[in-house]
Amino acid sequence: MTQWIDACAKDDVAEEDVIRFDHAGQTFAIYRSPDNKFYATDGLCTHEKIHLADGLVMDNIIECPKHNGRFDYTTGAAKGAPVCVNIKTYPVKLEGARVFINIA
Amino acid sequence: MDEAIYPRDYSMLGRDAKRAEELGLSKAQWYAAPISRARIKELMKRSDGPAIRDTLIWFASFFITAGFAIYFYPSWWSVPFFLSYGVLYGSSTDSRWHECGHGTAFKTRWMNDVVYHIACFMIMRPPTVWRWSHTRHHTDTIIVGRDPEIAIQRPTKIWGVIGGYFSVGQTKAAVKSLFIHAAGRLTDEELTYVPEMERSRVYFVARIWLAIHLAVIAIALFMHSFLPVLLVGPLPCMYGAWVYVLTGITQHGGLAEDVLDHRLNSRTVMMNPILRFIYWNMNYHVEHHMFPMVPYHQLPKLYEEMKPYTLPANTSVIDAYREIIPALLRQIKDPSYAIPRKLPDGVAPMTEPIAAE
Repeated sequence: MTQWIDACAKDDVAEEDVIRFDHAGQTFAIYRSPDNKFYATDGLCTHEKIHLADGLVMDNIIECPKHNGRFDYTTGAAKGAPVCVNIKTYPVKLEGARVFINIA
Repeated sequence: MDEAIYPRDYSMLGRDAKRAEELGLSKAQWYAAPISRARIKELMKRSDGPAIRDTLIWFASFFITAGFAIYFYPSWWSVPFFLSYGVLYGSSTDSRWHECGHGTAFKTRWMNDVVYHIACFMIMRPPTVWRWSHTRHHTDTIIVGRDPEIAIQRPTKIWGVIGGYFSVGQTKAAVKSLFIHAAGRLTDEELTYVPEMERSRVYFVARIWLAIHLAVIAIALFMHSFLPVLLVGPLPCMYGAWVYVLTGITQHGGLAEDVLDHRLNSRTVMMNPILRFIYWNMNYHVEHHMFPMVPYHQLPKLYEEMKPYTLPANTSVIDAYREIIPALLRQIKDPSYAIPRKLPDGVAPMTEPIAAE
């Protein structure tokens, strides 16, 4: 089952950056990598529910703004303390100038 | 349960821990100055250059002061070199532990990790335990029962504060925890914030450290000399601690407990370049707490950005102690007292928990 949601315009996300996207009571983080690809994860850090969209993107890593927890946002893998639990990722597709994520 | 009962219970398992959770003071949302995302992103950017430069100076300072201390030992001429070495060993390691623990000092992760472990060994802070305690300190800054790093608990124990300048209590606790960890255990409090998957790492490091400390003592006995134990282990940690305690007390000393606004419970203090090198700019403490992922070398810029939203910094360490000492003395008899802070006009303090988004 798929449920593609129009999340944002491509230009809303700067290169090597992240934005927050809220939908139906859930919060997501939409990333644009340095090689211009788009990714999506849950919006809150698995450690203490901090918004990752306030964090720093470095290559394929998102760093939580509060405690330095790091995830590979392309896979969701937690990259060491204080994050111990991987973050959920979502499929992304581009249609024209829009970014869609599959939240099913 | 709303009103705090004095004396407060600072343990992680006690009455005030429960109270903090009930009042929503734990894992709450804190005030953040409205700095633009673009500017914060710019300030958060990592680079290796400043920390490599500072670390090379740091290592060189160790070798020079230790070299002269050894050369002149046991004459009195060695004393100033031991004192300088001690400040590097027992004080500058506090800020290296801190910055590298945040992973912000260097851009390259392994460099942060290497300096973090060296600093942890010198200042006798188990790296895994202190990483997690500091994580909690940032989540629940000066929230009684939640923050394991409240340096001065109320009512103030003056002899404890004075002993702190020579790291008496800290070193005693560190030696005790070294044995506990080496035996494969954590304290009940540590169990509240160190996750299970991290615990074996604590025991492993403690056993290595214990072996090193025992080796240093063995070398001292073999040499019939105090020199090895004056250079490595608890002693330099103690005789060199005073600078980190001097600066560290300015961070939160005398300020409010149980508020959700770093401007009310943290202090920024202007310091001279030597102290700022030892302290790695942690004098910009309000700024650090509000945006902990900004590297130490960018904090002066963040301070400028945040000026409209915060109160003026204390102009010097002496200026800070002018308000801290009377407050600590008053808190002996009135533990509910906190230094009043007036925020800039129109900027509201955040003192009550707000609903999570």
